[in-house]
Amino acid sequence: MTALLEVKDLSVGFRTRRGVVQALSQASVSVEQGELLLVVGESGSGKTVLAHSLLRLLPRNVDVSGSIRLGGEDVLALQPDALRRVRGRRMALIPQSPASSLNPVRRLGGQLLEAARARGLTEAQSRKRLRELLGELGLDLDSISGRYIHQLSGGMQQRVVNAMALVGEPDIVIADEPTSGLDSDLVDATAAQLREISARGASLLVITHDLRLAERLGGRLALLYASRIVEVGPAAAFFQSPSHPYGRELLRALPEREGKSIPGMSPELTALPGHCAFADRCPDRFEPCTESVPDLYPVRDGVHARCFAHAER
Amino acid sequence: MLSADAVTKTYRAAAGRVVAVDGASLIVQPGTRVGLVGPSGSGKSTLAQIMAMLLEPDSGSVTIDGDRVEKWGLRSLRAMRHRVQLIFQAPRVSVDPRLRVGDAILEPLAASGMLPAGADERRALLQSWAARVGLTNDLLERFPHEVSEGQLQRACLARALVVCPRYLICDELSSMLDVSTQAALLEAIAAVQDEHGLGLLLITHDRVLADAWCGEIADIRELSRCEAVDPAVCFSDDGGFRAQRALERLDAA
Repeated sequence: MTALLEVKDLSVGFRTRRGVVQALSQASVSVEQGELLLVVGESGSGKTVLAHSLLRLLPRNVDVSGSIRLGGEDVLALQPDALRRVRGRRMALIPQSPASSLNPVRRLGGQLLEAARARGLTEAQSRKRLRELLGELGLDLDSISGRYIHQLSGGMQQRVVNAMALVGEPDIVIADEPTSGLDSDLVDATAAQLREISARGASLLVITHDLRLAERLGGRLALLYASRIVEVGPAAAFFQSPSHPYGRELLRALPEREGKSIPGMSPELTALPGHCAFADRCPDRFEPCTESVPDLYPVRDGVHARCFAHAER
Repeated sequence: MLSADAVTKTYRAAAGRVVAVDGASLIVQPGTRVGLVGPSGSGKSTLAQIMAMLLEPDSGSVTIDGDRVEKWGLRSLRAMRHRVQLIFQAPRVSVDPRLRVGDAILEPLAASGMLPAGADERRALLQSWAARVGLTNDLLERFPHEVSEGQLQRACLARALVVCPRYLICDELSSMLDVSTQAALLEAIAAVQDEHGLGLLLITHDRVLADAWCGEIADIRELSRCEAVDPAVCFSDDGGFRAQRALERLDAA
């Protein structure tokens, strides 16, 4: 079975005043039809850049290499017209922070309809579809149409952007930090909505730094550290026993585990080392770690880790 | 000790007045860690800002080590500011984008007239605080947009601690950060507590974090007579009723 989305050796560098900020280095991930992939990592590890690359939302000062294939189509080579048919219809984004991703001075009805029509629906189809979608999420199109985004609670705002993402019936939904800044009740509700999206048969790519949300959602997990995927495999396997030392130390830092921080900080993306980026902070460092960048080595049952400790297997 | 005694604060909103904090009392003893929990819109941040002297309550009082805050004018507060420091949730928007990270850390000292006169002394002070929060010296020369969110929050912690406050209030210190940076910040605070007997008020959504880090946990819903009223919820169908009840209580009082 070929994957719905196949990212291969994707590297993204931003040309800046301080040099090239290498946000992603040779990232390869795939998402099957109906699969849930979690992309986990700290801020600055490259998570959002990955999401924006998939939708070609990157600014002009970037150098991109590698390939992104969606159902066999080369996303990086799409012309503007073709790209418009992909965005929202085949791949949709639930952006970080719903309140700031909608126009604050336009009423919601107009914005929702505009999004639906941009996906190729007629006025009547748009209304029908939005009414159904919002209804399933416990909102009424007519009662929110006349409101502005700031007039809704955080949970309702989240549901509005979810409906907007789903209106084009995309094959894959990308959710960027769906729970940042939400309190625990809203996190529960958001997790339930994401599971619901997944249950409809859409593939889901969830970007988060919230390890508890990731554990709750399950699926497959890719852990990013300093622009590289350092571990990938089933989420359950990761939370039970992570294979990369960074994953292990990260889980130890959870307050309900040991609450112990990892000494030091992640390396600057303008000056990534020519060896394992975690080596300086790794308690298990040995000779090869400071000599070259490890590959993603198979560990067990579909788990791969970018660590020389697994190289000899 | 730092105490809020029966403080009430109301905001004006389009739908009328909204009671954010209603008669809440809270005590933070030096050297202790108190967690303040509660859902969004329940008044946690309002109470924090009142206790940090950034917001004058409508009624009730704030007392810092026996000194009751009598005058809420900027000039009168200046002499007391350094005793209570506050750290916000989003470091990006709580740092002046035009100040280098190192200058931002020293700014509270300048503002309260405590900045050492000699350049060497200033640099030594800055570097010692940077080291304690895990910042390297090269980061101090950068502008806020040139460092990561986690690094900037570390700088905000250094900025709060540089005036040697007696009390530190962290308002969702780490909800935007990864768990390792969260742990690093809390470890740095704990180290300062061990040394100086700093009192900590940790405001968080994260009950697990509060349970793990705080000796005492207060729920804002039990402190305040008022129910959770998110300003945004007031306009929603289900929130209107809660806002209405809050307004009714206000009228009755």
